[in-house]
Amino acid sequence: MHELTLTRHNELIDPALHIWGWQIPVYLFLGGMVAGFMIIAGYFTLKGHHKHSDFASFYLPHISLVFLTAGMFALFLDLEHKVFVWRLYLTFEPTSPMSWGSWILLLVYPALWLNTLVSIPASFRNRIPIFDRISAQINRHPFLIKNIGTLNMVLGGLLGMYTGVLLSALGARPLWNSAMLWVLFLTSGLSSAAAFVHLLTTDKTERETLAKADNGFLIFELFVIALFFVGMLTSTAPHQAAARLLLNGPYAAVFWTFVIVLGILVPLMIQLLAVNHRVKHTIVAPLLVIAGGLILRFVIVLAGQASHWTKVASHF
Amino acid sequence: MARYGMVIDTTKCVGCMDCVVACKTENGVPEGYDRDWITTEAAGKHPTVHLEIRSERCNHCDNPPCVDCCPTGASHVHEYGGVVLVTHNVCIGCKACIASCPYDARFVHPDGYVDKCTFCIHRVEQGLQPACVSVCPTRCMHFGNLDDPHSEVSTLLASRRNHPLLPEAGTQPRIFYLT
Repeated sequence: MHELTLTRHNELIDPALHIWGWQIPVYLFLGGMVAGFMIIAGYFTLKGHHKHSDFASFYLPHISLVFLTAGMFALFLDLEHKVFVWRLYLTFEPTSPMSWGSWILLLVYPALWLNTLVSIPASFRNRIPIFDRISAQINRHPFLIKNIGTLNMVLGGLLGMYTGVLLSALGARPLWNSAMLWVLFLTSGLSSAAAFVHLLTTDKTERETLAKADNGFLIFELFVIALFFVGMLTSTAPHQAAARLLLNGPYAAVFWTFVIVLGILVPLMIQLLAVNHRVKHTIVAPLLVIAGGLILRFVIVLAGQASHWTKVASHF
Repeated sequence: MARYGMVIDTTKCVGCMDCVVACKTENGVPEGYDRDWITTEAAGKHPTVHLEIRSERCNHCDNPPCVDCCPTGASHVHEYGGVVLVTHNVCIGCKACIASCPYDARFVHPDGYVDKCTFCIHRVEQGLQPACVSVCPTRCMHFGNLDDPHSEVSTLLASRRNHPLLPEAGTQPRIFYLT
């Protein structure tokens, strides 16, 4: 037997840690998807596709600004000491991924804004003169367009990585303490972003390109998840116990049903058939991918809080 | 520079919770929250079951993950005795420090900031013992400078079998339990 009895009953801590509710998974999902948007939109800008305003990707920087603001608002709602939020920007703490993230987010906004100015949508032109002047200036120097594309891709990559590192740096929660987590979140973010464009676009070329890219992301995500579990199961006892929370524990049903089967395998099969022209493209596959990405963040955040060192460690 | 730590004799601790009450009284810990608590751990198989009663709190680790992950610097190592503290009006309540602590020693104070044991640094600076140590009826708790080889805590650690909590977590805790 091994039995621990505590007289402590602190709110949000006992009997099991539950400090982070819906706000953090929603933020991680939106942040990850915006990271994907930035990489896709940055790539299209780099390749000169910003001129095609009939592409859904043309509007990704604008959508990113809305989604990122919504995600940051969710993050703000999670703070317990909201009036001191400005303290984030009085310091840079190099060992804190959250500090890195707050500064990365500060760089992401101007990068997204610049990408919206590379080619202003027709309905927004000639409304705010300074935006038109900056846009004209950017378009007079093609190297600036390429730099804005590259900047968006790099910052998108950093944003996607940081959402994973944010959790994996918290060594006290074995499920999160994996070097694969940022790869998983970045891949999932790219996959959700590609699915979102697939969902919105009316252009056949863009739909085909993004569906094919999404298939690649989904296959890669399966490998990443497999390696995540290999890492966990070959690590310490607390890590093995953490992996079992998802593999056959209390979070297994949700994880296998909504993340693996409905979030990856089923849309992958539909999209493989669609890109091979066996079935038509529908909204089903991208919707499943996006829902799977959101549920992945919920499962990882909630199961991670349930994973712990003391449940398996003994002092005797 | 002192490096404060605590040594607790589990063979004397009876789990009376005087330390818990003293802490709540001294530090005005709100109702429903605890900066320190009693853990009873039973392990083994009959007839060799071991029972250990421990008074637990923040371990004021030498390698504190709560300080590393704090995005504002609110969680910091105090220059006086290397005690890990939280500056209330710098804390944003992001709770990363709570998630990073393998001892679950922190909590969100009803006023919004993260709170935890301070080793009663306000008393220690005046030459007093932490409240929990000063009230212990079995004298099982000892507080002092771990870097001073002649201090009571160092002498006890040198002469008695002891263990910290979760050393495998790599935090290098500064509370040791005599067995």
